[in-house]
Amino acid sequence: MLNPVPRLDILNETIRNVYFHVPIWFAMLFQMGYSVVYAVKHLSKNEMKFDIISNQAAQTGLFFSVPGLLTGCLWAKFTWGTWWTFEDPKLNGVAIAVLIYLAYFILRNSIIDELKRARIAAVYNIFAFVMMFVFIMILPRLTDSLHPGNGGNPAFGKYDLDSNMRTVFYPAVVGWVLFSLWILDVKKRIAFLIYQKHEE
Amino acid sequence: MKNKILIFFCALLMPFITMAQAANNAPEMATIFRSEGKIYVVIGVLSVIFACLVVYLVYIDVRVRRLEKKD
Repeated sequence: MLNPVPRLDILNETIRNVYFHVPIWFAMLFQMGYSVVYAVKHLSKNEMKFDIISNQAAQTGLFFSVPGLLTGCLWAKFTWGTWWTFEDPKLNGVAIAVLIYLAYFILRNSIIDELKRARIAAVYNIFAFVMMFVFIMILPRLTDSLHPGNGGNPAFGKYDLDSNMRTVFYPAVVGWVLFSLWILDVKKRIAFLIYQKHEE
Repeated sequence: MKNKILIFFCALLMPFITMAQAANNAPEMATIFRSEGKIYVVIGVLSVIFACLVVYLVYIDVRVRRLEKKD
């Protein structure tokens, strides 16, 4: 937090938000990846256990998108001058991705039959993950974006991360991912308990 | 009891809401959030993350309590 940071116009000290805003989104991407891996596992092994894990990971990922969006809004307000701009492809992409995942939960809860729900949800999960990846990671790079690293440039290249920041940023990413795994573990245990109760 | 906790956390957030509104109306130079190299934006971000984690913990707590009551 108190490390020296590059002195930049407009951003000023808010460059330190990189330690929080970005790792939170990384944790979200990680959870969604975890979710899709278990969705595929469920489709191949057809075990309910994998479906529960997949669902819980998607929930955890969606939870991480909330502080991600809120911190992004706050940061944008004081650097770009607005809470939300539809000019930026990354913001639009994230909005669409979050809506796609909300649709995932609505789809899940609308199917009563357990096996059918698990299968359809797993298939939709794969679709949702691919769409999210396209909207967040690929499309913003094809056009101009207010986010650094977009519009053709590789992220974390020249000006937004110097070596001082890297020493904080990478542990922060690892820390948030592990933190998200902890939340997922607690949620998994609750979900398994509910499932066992339901079975008895 | 649950409602009281919720109201308490909402009350904790009030200063931030009023500060944000003050920042909207004032000219850009004179805002709290933009002073000291915009370091308060970082503090705001940290408070948002903290608030989200607290809300989520309360939610998980409620779920576990509901599970315990079913026994």
